[in-house]
Amino acid sequence: MKNLVILGAGTAGTMMANHLSKKLSKNDWQITVVDQHKTHYYQPGFLFLPFDIYTEDQVKKDGTKFVPKSVNYIQKKIELIQPEANSVKLEGGESLGYDILIVATGSTIAPDETEGMDGPMWHKNIFDFYTYEGAKGLRDKLREFEGGKLVVHITEMPIKCPVAPLEFAFLADSYFKNKGMRDKVDITYVTPLDGAFTKPRAAKALDYLLNEKNINEVTSFNIERVDYENNKIIDYADVEVEYDLLVTVPTNMGDSVIERSGLGDDLNFIPTHKGTLQSKEYENMFVIGDATNIPTSKAGSVAHFEAEILTDNILSYIKGDELEEEFDGHANCFVETGNGKALLIDFNYEHEPVEGTFPIPGIGPLRLLKESRFNHMGKLAFRWVYWNMLLKGVPIPFVPAKMNEKGKKLETVNS
Amino acid sequence: MKKMIAQREIDVNEEGYLLDFSQWNREVGQELAAEKNITLTDRHWEVIDYLQDKHHKEEALSIRGIKKSGVINVKEFYSLFPGGPLKVSTLIAGIPKPKSCI
Ligand SMILES: Cc1cc2nc3c(=O)[nH]c(=O)nc-3n(C[C@H](O)[C@H](O)[C@H](O)COP(=O)(O)OP(=O)(O)OC[C@H]3O[C@@H](n4cnc5c(N)ncnc54)[C@H](O)[C@@H]3O)c2cc1C
Repeated sequence: MKNLVILGAGTAGTMMANHLSKKLSKNDWQITVVDQHKTHYYQPGFLFLPFDIYTEDQVKKDGTKFVPKSVNYIQKKIELIQPEANSVKLEGGESLGYDILIVATGSTIAPDETEGMDGPMWHKNIFDFYTYEGAKGLRDKLREFEGGKLVVHITEMPIKCPVAPLEFAFLADSYFKNKGMRDKVDITYVTPLDGAFTKPRAAKALDYLLNEKNINEVTSFNIERVDYENNKIIDYADVEVEYDLLVTVPTNMGDSVIERSGLGDDLNFIPTHKGTLQSKEYENMFVIGDATNIPTSKAGSVAHFEAEILTDNILSYIKGDELEEEFDGHANCFVETGNGKALLIDFNYEHEPVEGTFPIPGIGPLRLLKESRFNHMGKLAFRWVYWNMLLKGVPIPFVPAKMNEKGKKLETVNS
Repeated sequence: MKKMIAQREIDVNEEGYLLDFSQWNREVGQELAAEKNITLTDRHWEVIDYLQDKHHKEEALSIRGIKKSGVINVKEFYSLFPGGPLKVSTLIAGIPKPKSCI
Protein backbone atom coordinates (compact mmCIF):
# COMPACT_ATOMS: atom_id res chain seq x y z
CA MET A 1 0.00 0.00 0.00
CA LYS A 2 1.34 3.41 -0.92
CA ASN A 3 0.52 6.69 0.77
CA LEU A 4 -0.56 9.95 -0.75
CA VAL A 5 -0.80 12.72 1.82
CA ILE A 6 -2.58 16.03 1.26
CA LEU A 7 -1.74 18.86 3.64
CA GLY A 8 -4.67 21.23 4.06
CA ALA A 9 -8.37 20.57 3.45
CA GLY A 10 -9.23 24.00 2.12
CA THR A 11 -10.45 24.63 -1.41
CA ALA A 12 -7.51 22.97 -3.15
CA GLY A 13 -6.88 20.09 -0.76
CA THR A 14 -10.54 19.06 -0.69
CA MET A 15 -10.76 19.14 -4.49
CA MET A 16 -7.63 16.99 -4.82
CA ALA A 17 -8.97 14.44 -2.34
CA ASN A 18 -12.14 14.16 -4.42
CA HIS A 19 -10.38 13.95 -7.78
CA LEU A 20 -7.76 11.45 -6.66
CA SER A 21 -10.08 9.16 -4.72
CA LYS A 22 -11.87 8.55 -8.02
CA LYS A 23 -8.67 7.98 -10.00
CA LEU A 24 -6.37 6.01 -7.72
CA SER A 25 -6.89 2.32 -7.03
CA LYS A 26 -8.06 1.82 -3.45
CA ASN A 27 -6.03 -1.36 -3.25
CA ASP A 28 -2.79 0.41 -4.01
CA TRP A 29 -3.19 3.85 -2.51
CA GLN A 30 -4.30 5.22 0.83
CA ILE A 31 -5.14 8.93 0.63
CA THR A 32 -4.85 10.98 3.82
CA VAL A 33 -5.84 14.62 4.32
CA VAL A 34 -4.67 16.68 7.28
CA ASP A 35 -6.20 19.96 8.44
CA GLN A 36 -6.17 21.75 11.77
CA HIS A 37 -9.86 22.66 11.54
CA LYS A 38 -13.06 20.74 11.19
CA THR A 39 -14.82 23.78 9.78
CA HIS A 40 -14.40 24.59 6.12
CA TYR A 41 -14.85 28.30 5.46
CA TYR A 42 -16.20 29.69 2.21
CA GLN A 43 -13.68 32.53 2.06
CA PRO A 44 -15.28 34.40 -0.88
CA GLY A 45 -18.26 34.84 1.48
CA PHE A 46 -16.08 36.89 3.87
CA LEU A 47 -16.60 39.75 1.44
CA PHE A 48 -20.36 39.66 1.98
CA LEU A 49 -20.53 38.85 5.68
CA PRO A 50 -19.57 42.39 6.82
CA PHE A 51 -22.49 43.87 4.86
CA ASP A 52 -25.09 41.43 6.20
CA ILE A 53 -25.52 39.97 2.71
CA TYR A 54 -24.50 36.53 3.91
CA THR A 55 -25.10 35.04 7.33
CA GLU A 56 -22.48 33.24 9.40
CA ASP A 57 -23.96 29.85 8.49
CA GLN A 58 -23.64 30.52 4.78
CA VAL A 59 -19.88 30.78 4.95
CA LYS A 60 -18.94 27.78 7.07
CA LYS A 61 -19.71 24.11 7.02
CA ASP A 62 -18.35 20.88 8.45
CA GLY A 63 -15.39 20.27 6.13
CA THR A 64 -15.22 16.53 6.71
CA LYS A 65 -18.51 16.17 4.81
CA PHE A 66 -16.79 17.24 1.62
CA VAL A 67 -14.02 14.67 1.86
CA PRO A 68 -14.83 11.22 0.43
CA LYS A 69 -15.29 8.37 2.92
CA SER A 70 -12.39 6.36 1.52
CA VAL A 71 -10.05 9.20 2.42
CA ASN A 72 -8.50 9.23 5.88
CA TYR A 73 -9.15 12.65 7.48
CA ILE A 74 -6.87 13.71 10.32
CA GLN A 75 -7.78 16.83 12.23
CA LYS A 76 -4.45 18.02 13.59
CA LYS A 77 -2.01 20.82 13.21
CA ILE A 78 0.94 20.07 10.93
CA GLU A 79 4.19 20.80 12.76
CA LEU A 80 6.89 20.01 10.23
CA ILE A 81 7.37 18.74 6.70
CA GLN A 82 10.51 16.63 6.33
CA PRO A 83 10.91 16.00 2.60
CA GLU A 84 14.30 14.32 2.96
CA ALA A 85 12.62 11.65 5.09
CA ASN A 86 9.33 11.67 3.08
CA SER A 87 7.55 12.34 6.31
CA VAL A 88 5.27 14.87 7.99
CA LYS A 89 5.19 15.54 11.71
CA LEU A 90 1.85 16.35 13.32
CA GLU A 91 1.10 18.00 16.66
CA GLY A 92 1.46 15.55 19.48
CA GLY A 93 4.44 13.94 17.78
CA GLU A 94 2.72 11.55 15.36
CA SER A 95 4.57 11.06 12.04
CA LEU A 96 3.01 10.35 8.66
CA GLY A 97 5.12 8.82 5.92
CA TYR A 98 4.29 9.45 2.28
CA ASP A 99 5.15 8.40 -1.25
CA ILE A 100 3.57 11.50 -2.73
CA LEU A 101 2.89 14.75 -0.91
CA ILE A 102 0.50 17.48 -1.99
CA VAL A 103 0.91 20.75 -0.11
CA ALA A 104 -2.29 22.80 -0.04
CA THR A 105 -1.84 24.84 3.11
CA GLY A 106 -3.02 28.10 1.53
CA SER A 107 -2.15 31.57 2.73
CA THR A 108 -3.10 33.59 5.79
CA ILE A 109 -2.87 37.18 6.93
CA ALA A 110 0.13 38.42 8.88
CA PRO A 111 -0.84 41.75 10.47
CA ASP A 112 2.21 41.55 12.74
CA GLU A 113 4.36 42.28 9.66
CA THR A 114 3.29 45.94 9.84
CA GLU A 115 4.15 48.10 12.83
CA GLY A 116 1.07 49.20 14.76
CA MET A 117 -1.44 47.12 12.83
CA ASP A 118 -1.70 44.23 15.23
CA GLY A 119 -1.69 46.56 18.26
CA PRO A 120 -4.38 47.54 20.77
CA MET A 121 -6.77 48.80 18.08
CA TRP A 122 -6.79 45.54 16.09
CA HIS A 123 -10.42 44.52 15.63
CA LYS A 124 -11.48 47.76 17.41
CA ASN A 125 -11.18 50.30 14.58
CA ILE A 126 -8.67 48.37 12.45
CA PHE A 127 -10.18 45.30 10.78
CA ASP A 128 -9.38 42.69 8.22
CA PHE A 129 -12.07 40.80 6.33
CA TYR A 130 -9.81 37.94 5.18
CA THR A 131 -10.58 35.85 8.26
CA TYR A 132 -13.89 34.71 9.67
CA GLU A 133 -13.26 36.58 12.94
CA GLY A 134 -12.28 39.75 11.08
CA ALA A 135 -15.27 39.70 8.72
CA LYS A 136 -17.70 39.04 11.56
CA GLY A 137 -16.20 41.72 13.80
CA LEU A 138 -16.37 44.17 10.94
CA ARG A 139 -20.04 43.37 10.37
CA ASP A 140 -20.80 44.32 13.96
CA LYS A 141 -18.72 47.48 13.63
CA LEU A 142 -20.44 48.53 10.39
CA ARG A 143 -23.88 48.00 11.88
CA GLU A 144 -23.19 50.75 14.38
CA PHE A 145 -20.89 52.95 12.27
CA GLU A 146 -22.20 56.50 12.31
CA GLY A 147 -20.03 57.93 9.57
CA GLY A 148 -16.56 59.31 9.07
CA LYS A 149 -13.50 58.27 7.12
CA LEU A 150 -13.54 54.69 5.90
CA VAL A 151 -10.17 53.64 4.48
CA VAL A 152 -9.90 50.40 2.51
CA HIS A 153 -6.25 49.45 2.30
CA ILE A 154 -3.92 46.83 0.80
CA THR A 155 -0.63 46.38 2.66
CA GLU A 156 1.47 44.65 0.02
CA MET A 157 1.11 42.32 -2.96
CA PRO A 158 0.55 39.48 -3.57
CA ILE A 159 -2.76 38.96 -1.78
CA LYS A 160 -5.32 36.28 -2.41
CA CYS A 161 -8.25 37.32 -4.52
CA PRO A 162 -6.60 40.65 -5.43
CA VAL A 163 -9.91 42.27 -6.38
CA ALA A 164 -11.57 41.62 -3.02
CA PRO A 165 -10.52 44.93 -1.41
CA LEU A 166 -11.83 46.86 -4.37
CA GLU A 167 -15.10 44.96 -4.19
CA PHE A 168 -15.21 45.80 -0.52
CA ALA A 169 -15.01 49.51 -1.39
CA PHE A 170 -17.79 49.16 -4.00
CA LEU A 171 -20.03 47.23 -1.63
CA ALA A 172 -19.40 49.77 1.13
CA ASP A 173 -20.58 52.48 -1.25
CA SER A 174 -23.89 50.64 -1.87
CA TYR A 175 -24.24 49.65 1.78
CA PHE A 176 -24.11 53.23 3.00
CA LYS A 177 -26.30 54.44 0.13
CA ASN A 178 -28.93 51.91 1.12
CA LYS A 179 -28.71 53.04 4.72
CA GLY A 180 -29.25 56.60 3.51
CA MET A 181 -25.95 57.79 4.97
CA ARG A 182 -23.51 57.77 2.06
CA ASP A 183 -23.01 61.53 2.49
CA LYS A 184 -21.71 60.90 6.01
CA VAL A 185 -19.04 58.45 4.88
CA ASP A 186 -15.87 59.38 3.08
CA ILE A 187 -14.45 56.27 1.35
CA THR A 188 -10.79 56.10 0.32
CA TYR A 189 -9.09 53.20 -1.44
CA VAL A 190 -5.36 52.95 -0.70
CA THR A 191 -3.12 50.61 -2.70
CA PRO A 192 0.61 49.98 -3.21
CA LEU A 193 -0.11 49.55 -6.95
CA ASP A 194 -0.10 52.26 -9.63
CA GLY A 195 -3.84 51.84 -10.17
CA ALA A 196 -6.85 49.88 -9.01
CA PHE A 197 -5.68 46.47 -10.24
CA THR A 198 -2.53 44.55 -11.09
CA LYS A 199 -3.33 44.26 -14.78
CA PRO A 200 -3.45 47.61 -16.62
CA ARG A 201 -6.50 46.84 -18.78
CA ALA A 202 -8.71 45.91 -15.87
CA ALA A 203 -7.26 48.79 -13.85
CA LYS A 204 -8.68 51.25 -16.37
CA ALA A 205 -12.21 49.91 -16.10
CA LEU A 206 -11.96 49.79 -12.32
CA ASP A 207 -10.43 53.25 -11.88
CA TYR A 208 -13.39 54.56 -13.82
CA LEU A 209 -15.83 52.85 -11.47
CA LEU A 210 -14.08 54.21 -8.36
CA ASN A 211 -14.40 57.67 -9.73
CA GLU A 212 -18.04 57.20 -10.64
CA LYS A 213 -18.82 56.02 -7.12
CA ASN A 214 -17.04 58.90 -5.49
CA ILE A 215 -14.38 56.75 -3.90
CA ASN A 216 -11.05 58.51 -3.45
CA GLU A 217 -7.97 56.65 -4.59
CA VAL A 218 -4.44 56.83 -3.15
CA THR A 219 -1.98 54.78 -5.26
CA SER A 220 1.70 53.75 -4.91
CA PHE A 221 1.27 53.80 -1.13
CA ASN A 222 3.79 51.51 0.58
CA ILE A 223 2.82 51.46 4.22
CA GLU A 224 5.51 51.92 6.84
CA ARG A 225 3.32 51.84 9.94
CA VAL A 226 -0.09 52.36 11.44
CA ASP A 227 -0.22 55.24 13.89
CA TYR A 228 -3.09 53.79 15.89
CA GLU A 229 -2.98 56.57 18.48
CA ASN A 230 -3.70 59.25 15.89
CA ASN A 231 -5.72 57.04 13.52
CA LYS A 232 -3.60 57.33 10.41
CA ILE A 233 -1.52 55.14 8.13
CA ILE A 234 1.86 56.44 7.03
CA ASP A 235 3.92 55.33 4.06
CA TYR A 236 7.67 55.39 3.41
CA ALA A 237 7.36 58.64 1.45
CA ASP A 238 5.69 60.19 4.55
CA VAL A 239 2.29 60.34 2.92
CA GLU A 240 -0.39 60.10 5.60
CA VAL A 241 -3.98 58.92 5.27
CA GLU A 242 -6.36 59.46 8.19
CA TYR A 243 -9.13 57.04 9.09
CA ASP A 244 -11.93 56.53 11.52
CA LEU A 245 -12.33 52.94 10.40
CA LEU A 246 -9.44 51.15 8.72
CA VAL A 247 -10.26 48.04 6.72
CA THR A 248 -6.94 46.58 5.71
CA VAL A 249 -5.69 43.53 3.90
CA PRO A 250 -2.54 42.69 5.85
CA THR A 251 0.48 41.01 4.26
CA ASN A 252 -0.53 37.57 2.98
CA MET A 253 1.86 34.75 3.76
CA GLY A 254 2.05 31.01 3.47
CA ASP A 255 1.47 29.10 6.71
CA SER A 256 4.27 29.12 9.29
CA VAL A 257 4.76 25.36 8.85
CA ILE A 258 6.34 26.19 5.48
CA GLU A 259 8.82 28.51 7.18
CA ARG A 260 9.57 26.01 9.96
CA SER A 261 10.26 23.37 7.33
CA GLY A 262 12.54 25.70 5.36
CA LEU A 263 10.49 25.24 2.19
CA GLY A 264 9.34 28.74 1.33
CA ASP A 265 10.47 32.09 -0.04
CA ASP A 266 10.35 35.40 1.88
CA LEU A 267 6.59 35.12 2.17
CA ASN A 268 6.54 31.36 2.92
CA PHE A 269 5.33 30.50 -0.58
CA ILE A 270 6.83 27.33 -2.04
CA PRO A 271 8.89 27.57 -5.24
CA THR A 272 6.79 25.58 -7.73
CA HIS A 273 7.03 24.83 -11.46
CA LYS A 274 4.35 27.01 -12.95
CA GLY A 275 3.32 24.59 -15.72
CA THR A 276 3.32 21.29 -13.80
CA LEU A 277 2.82 22.31 -10.13
CA GLN A 278 5.69 20.08 -9.05
CA SER A 279 7.88 21.52 -6.30
CA LYS A 280 11.17 22.85 -7.66
CA GLU A 281 13.13 20.95 -5.03
CA TYR A 282 11.47 17.57 -4.51
CA GLU A 283 10.01 15.50 -7.29
CA ASN A 284 7.45 13.68 -5.14
CA MET A 285 6.12 16.95 -3.72
CA PHE A 286 3.39 18.91 -5.50
CA VAL A 287 1.98 22.24 -4.50
CA ILE A 288 -1.44 23.67 -5.31
CA GLY A 289 -3.56 26.72 -4.56
CA ASP A 290 -2.43 29.70 -2.55
CA ALA A 291 0.61 27.86 -1.15
CA THR A 292 2.59 28.09 -4.43
CA ASN A 293 4.73 30.98 -5.62
CA ILE A 294 3.51 30.78 -9.21
CA PRO A 295 2.76 34.11 -10.90
CA THR A 296 -1.00 33.98 -11.14
CA SER A 297 -3.80 35.11 -8.84
CA LYS A 298 -4.32 33.33 -5.57
CA ALA A 299 -7.97 32.39 -6.01
CA GLY A 300 -10.32 29.48 -5.61
CA SER A 301 -11.03 29.53 -9.34
CA VAL A 302 -7.31 29.15 -10.02
CA ALA A 303 -7.12 26.23 -7.58
CA HIS A 304 -10.01 24.66 -9.46
CA PHE A 305 -8.20 24.89 -12.81
CA GLU A 306 -4.98 23.68 -11.21
CA ALA A 307 -6.67 20.67 -9.61
CA GLU A 308 -7.68 19.18 -12.95
CA ILE A 309 -4.18 19.53 -14.32
CA LEU A 310 -2.47 18.34 -11.15
CA THR A 311 -4.65 15.21 -11.07
CA ASP A 312 -3.41 14.25 -14.55
CA ASN A 313 0.16 15.04 -13.58
CA ILE A 314 0.04 12.89 -10.47
CA LEU A 315 -1.25 9.99 -12.51
CA SER A 316 1.59 10.55 -15.01
CA TYR A 317 4.10 10.75 -12.18
CA ILE A 318 2.89 7.44 -10.74
CA LYS A 319 3.22 5.80 -14.17
CA GLY A 320 6.69 7.28 -14.57
CA ASP A 321 5.61 9.40 -17.57
CA GLU A 322 6.85 12.89 -18.29
CA LEU A 323 4.74 15.63 -16.67
CA GLU A 324 2.95 17.96 -19.00
CA GLU A 325 3.41 21.68 -18.65
CA GLU A 326 -0.27 22.31 -18.93
CA PHE A 327 -1.18 25.01 -16.48
CA ASP A 328 -1.46 28.39 -18.20
CA GLY A 329 -2.20 30.56 -15.17
CA HIS A 330 -5.89 30.77 -16.01
CA ALA A 331 -7.80 32.87 -13.50
CA ASN A 332 -11.23 34.34 -13.58
CA CYS A 333 -13.04 36.31 -10.99
CA PHE A 334 -16.27 38.08 -10.54
CA VAL A 335 -15.80 41.61 -9.33
CA GLU A 336 -18.73 42.88 -7.29
CA THR A 337 -19.28 46.50 -8.21
CA GLY A 338 -22.17 47.20 -5.85
CA ASN A 339 -25.88 47.90 -6.46
CA GLY A 340 -26.47 44.35 -7.53
CA LYS A 341 -23.99 44.41 -10.39
CA ALA A 342 -20.68 42.72 -11.06
CA LEU A 343 -18.12 42.36 -13.79
CA LEU A 344 -16.12 39.29 -14.69
CA ILE A 345 -12.45 39.24 -15.58
CA ASP A 346 -10.58 36.37 -17.14
CA PHE A 347 -6.84 36.15 -17.76
CA ASN A 348 -3.78 33.89 -17.79
CA TYR A 349 0.05 34.11 -17.78
CA GLU A 350 0.09 35.47 -21.32
CA HIS A 351 -3.02 37.56 -21.69
CA GLU A 352 -4.35 40.65 -20.04
CA PRO A 353 -7.91 40.56 -18.70
CA VAL A 354 -10.08 40.52 -21.71
CA GLU A 355 -13.28 42.00 -22.97
CA GLY A 356 -15.80 39.55 -24.30
CA THR A 357 -18.21 36.99 -23.00
CA PHE A 358 -17.79 33.90 -20.87
CA PRO A 359 -17.99 30.90 -20.87
CA ILE A 360 -19.53 30.52 -24.33
CA PRO A 361 -17.61 32.69 -26.79
CA GLY A 362 -19.75 35.45 -28.28
CA ILE A 363 -22.89 34.40 -26.42
CA GLY A 364 -22.15 34.64 -22.77
CA PRO A 365 -24.13 34.73 -20.59
CA LEU A 366 -21.55 36.56 -18.50
CA ARG A 367 -19.94 39.71 -19.79
CA LEU A 368 -16.27 40.24 -19.16
CA LEU A 369 -15.06 43.67 -18.11
CA LYS A 370 -18.52 45.19 -18.28
CA GLU A 371 -20.80 45.69 -15.32
CA SER A 372 -23.98 43.68 -15.50
CA ARG A 373 -26.64 42.23 -13.26
CA PHE A 374 -26.03 38.79 -14.67
CA ASN A 375 -22.44 38.81 -13.47
CA HIS A 376 -23.67 39.60 -9.98
CA MET A 377 -25.99 36.61 -10.11
CA GLY A 378 -22.98 34.62 -11.23
CA LYS A 379 -21.03 35.68 -8.19
CA LEU A 380 -23.82 34.72 -5.83
CA ALA A 381 -24.36 31.44 -7.69
CA PHE A 382 -20.68 30.76 -7.18
CA ARG A 383 -21.39 29.99 -3.53
CA TRP A 384 -23.71 27.18 -4.54
CA VAL A 385 -21.30 25.98 -7.19
CA TYR A 386 -18.50 26.06 -4.61
CA TRP A 387 -20.19 23.88 -2.02
CA ASN A 388 -21.95 21.58 -4.44
CA MET A 389 -19.60 21.17 -7.38
CA LEU A 390 -16.19 22.77 -6.96
CA LEU A 391 -15.11 21.11 -3.72
CA LYS A 392 -16.37 17.75 -4.91
CA GLY A 393 -14.36 18.02 -8.09
CA VAL A 394 -17.43 18.00 -10.35
CA PRO A 395 -16.45 19.75 -13.60
CA ILE A 396 -18.24 23.06 -14.10
CA PRO A 397 -20.12 23.02 -17.40
CA PHE A 398 -18.41 24.98 -20.19
CA VAL A 399 -15.49 26.17 -18.07
CA PRO A 400 -12.26 24.48 -19.21
CA ALA A 401 -9.07 24.58 -17.16
CA LYS A 402 -7.20 26.29 -19.95
CA MET A 403 -8.38 29.69 -21.03
CA ASN A 404 -10.58 29.75 -24.09
CA GLU A 405 -9.35 32.47 -26.42
CA LYS A 406 -12.41 32.65 -28.62
CA GLY A 407 -14.89 35.48 -28.27
CA LYS A 408 -12.50 37.64 -26.30
CA LYS A 409 -10.53 40.67 -27.31
CA LEU A 410 -7.08 39.53 -26.34
CA GLU A 411 -4.10 41.63 -25.56
CA THR A 412 -0.77 40.05 -24.75
CA VAL A 413 0.85 41.00 -21.47
CA ASN A 414 4.05 42.88 -22.12
CA SER A 415 6.66 42.25 -19.54
CA MET B 1 11.12 52.51 -29.51
CA LYS B 2 14.62 53.88 -30.01
CA LYS B 3 16.10 56.56 -27.84
CA MET B 4 19.50 58.33 -27.88
CA ILE B 5 21.12 58.00 -24.48
CA ALA B 6 24.79 58.85 -23.82
CA GLN B 7 25.44 58.97 -27.57
CA ARG B 8 24.09 55.48 -28.07
CA GLU B 9 20.91 54.35 -29.70
CA ILE B 10 19.02 52.30 -27.15
CA ASP B 11 15.80 50.29 -27.29
CA VAL B 12 13.24 51.27 -24.69
CA ASN B 13 9.57 50.58 -24.08
CA GLU B 14 6.90 53.28 -23.98
CA GLU B 15 7.66 53.97 -20.30
CA GLY B 16 11.37 54.40 -21.02
CA TYR B 17 12.60 51.06 -19.57
CA LEU B 18 15.47 49.41 -21.43
CA LEU B 19 14.50 46.37 -23.43
CA ASP B 20 18.00 44.94 -23.69
CA PHE B 21 20.27 45.08 -20.67
CA SER B 22 23.39 44.60 -22.82
CA GLN B 23 22.85 48.16 -24.10
CA TRP B 24 23.26 49.51 -20.58
CA ASN B 25 26.45 50.95 -19.14
CA ARG B 26 27.22 53.38 -16.33
CA GLU B 27 27.04 56.42 -18.62
CA VAL B 28 23.58 55.33 -19.75
CA GLY B 29 22.62 54.96 -16.09
CA GLN B 30 23.96 58.40 -15.28
CA GLU B 31 22.04 60.01 -18.10
CA LEU B 32 18.79 58.24 -17.21
CA ALA B 33 19.27 59.42 -13.63
CA ALA B 34 19.86 62.98 -14.81
CA GLU B 35 16.52 62.88 -16.64
CA LYS B 36 14.96 62.21 -13.23
CA ASN B 37 17.04 64.98 -11.64
CA ILE B 38 19.11 62.49 -9.67
CA THR B 39 22.88 62.70 -9.38
CA LEU B 40 24.23 59.25 -8.70
CA THR B 41 26.44 58.86 -5.63
CA ASP B 42 28.32 55.77 -4.44
CA ARG B 43 25.29 54.89 -2.34
CA HIS B 44 23.07 54.94 -5.44
CA TRP B 45 25.53 52.67 -7.26
CA GLU B 46 25.50 50.17 -4.42
CA VAL B 47 21.75 49.93 -4.73
CA ILE B 48 21.91 49.68 -8.52
CA ASP B 49 24.44 46.85 -8.27
CA TYR B 50 22.16 45.06 -5.86
CA LEU B 51 19.11 45.46 -8.12
CA GLN B 52 20.98 44.25 -11.20
CA ASP B 53 22.33 41.30 -9.30
CA LYS B 54 18.83 40.31 -8.15
CA HIS B 55 17.54 40.74 -11.69
CA HIS B 56 20.24 38.47 -13.13
CA LYS B 57 19.37 35.82 -10.57
CA GLU B 58 15.73 36.18 -11.67
CA GLU B 59 14.65 37.11 -8.17
CA ALA B 60 11.63 39.37 -7.98
CA LEU B 61 12.13 42.88 -6.65
CA SER B 62 9.87 44.27 -3.98
CA ILE B 63 9.89 46.74 -1.12
CA ARG B 64 9.93 43.74 1.21
CA GLY B 65 13.07 42.47 -0.53
CA ILE B 66 14.72 45.87 -0.07
CA LYS B 67 13.84 45.78 3.62
CA LYS B 68 15.65 42.47 3.99
CA SER B 69 18.50 43.25 1.59
CA GLY B 70 20.95 44.48 4.19
CA VAL B 71 22.08 46.99 1.52
CA ILE B 72 19.76 49.83 2.34
CA ASN B 73 16.72 50.56 4.46
CA VAL B 74 13.46 51.56 2.88
CA LYS B 75 13.53 55.15 4.14
CA GLU B 76 16.91 55.78 2.55
CA PHE B 77 15.80 54.04 -0.62
CA TYR B 78 12.93 56.56 -0.86
CA SER B 79 15.27 59.47 -0.28
CA LEU B 80 17.77 58.30 -2.93
CA PHE B 81 15.13 57.65 -5.59
CA PRO B 82 12.20 59.95 -4.81
CA GLY B 83 8.78 59.36 -6.30
CA GLY B 84 8.39 55.58 -6.45
CA PRO B 85 11.87 54.24 -5.69
CA LEU B 86 11.49 50.79 -7.24
CA LYS B 87 10.18 52.23 -10.48
CA VAL B 88 12.83 54.94 -10.70
CA SER B 89 15.81 52.81 -9.63
CA THR B 90 15.03 49.94 -12.00
CA LEU B 91 14.69 52.37 -14.89
CA ILE B 92 18.14 53.78 -14.14
CA ALA B 93 19.56 50.29 -13.63
CA GLY B 94 18.41 49.28 -17.12
CA ILE B 95 16.22 46.42 -15.90
CA PRO B 96 12.46 45.89 -16.29
CA LYS B 97 9.99 47.66 -14.05
CA PRO B 98 9.06 45.16 -11.34
CA LYS B 99 5.74 43.57 -12.06
CA SER B 100 3.54 44.59 -9.21
CA CYS B 101 2.65 40.95 -8.74
CA ILE B 102 -0.79 39.61 -9.34
C1 LIG C 1 -12.29 37.82 1.29
C2 LIG C 1 -11.94 36.79 0.26
C3 LIG C 1 -12.65 36.74 -0.93
C4 LIG C 1 -12.34 35.81 -1.90
N1 LIG C 1 -13.08 35.79 -3.06
C5 LIG C 1 -12.82 34.87 -4.01
C6 LIG C 1 -13.61 34.79 -5.19
O1 LIG C 1 -14.56 35.55 -5.39
N2 LIG C 1 -13.28 33.87 -6.12
C7 LIG C 1 -12.23 33.01 -5.94
O2 LIG C 1 -11.97 32.20 -6.82
N3 LIG C 1 -11.46 33.05 -4.83
C8 LIG C 1 -11.73 33.96 -3.85
N4 LIG C 1 -10.96 33.99 -2.70
C9 LIG C 1 -9.75 33.16 -2.60
C10 LIG C 1 -9.99 31.71 -2.23
O3 LIG C 1 -10.76 31.60 -1.07
C11 LIG C 1 -8.62 31.07 -1.99
O4 LIG C 1 -7.76 31.35 -3.06
C12 LIG C 1 -8.74 29.56 -1.88
O5 LIG C 1 -9.49 29.23 -0.74
C13 LIG C 1 -7.36 28.91 -1.82
O6 LIG C 1 -7.46 27.54 -1.57
P1 LIG C 1 -6.30 26.76 -0.83
O7 LIG C 1 -6.80 25.38 -0.71
O8 LIG C 1 -5.02 27.01 -1.50
O9 LIG C 1 -6.20 27.42 0.61
P2 LIG C 1 -7.29 27.43 1.78
O10 LIG C 1 -8.65 27.22 1.22
O11 LIG C 1 -7.05 28.66 2.56
O12 LIG C 1 -6.94 26.14 2.64
C14 LIG C 1 -5.78 25.96 3.38
C15 LIG C 1 -6.08 24.95 4.47
O13 LIG C 1 -4.86 24.49 5.05
C16 LIG C 1 -5.03 24.39 6.43
N5 LIG C 1 -3.71 24.55 7.07
C17 LIG C 1 -2.76 25.48 6.80
N6 LIG C 1 -1.69 25.32 7.57
C18 LIG C 1 -1.95 24.26 8.37
C19 LIG C 1 -1.20 23.59 9.40
N7 LIG C 1 0.01 24.00 9.78
N8 LIG C 1 -1.77 22.53 9.99
C20 LIG C 1 -3.02 22.08 9.63
N9 LIG C 1 -3.75 22.67 8.67
C21 LIG C 1 -3.23 23.75 8.04
C22 LIG C 1 -6.00 25.50 6.81
O14 LIG C 1 -6.66 25.24 8.02
C23 LIG C 1 -6.92 25.54 5.59
O15 LIG C 1 -8.07 24.74 5.81
C24 LIG C 1 -11.28 34.91 -1.69
C25 LIG C 1 -10.55 34.93 -0.49
C26 LIG C 1 -10.88 35.85 0.49
C27 LIG C 1 -10.11 35.87 1.78
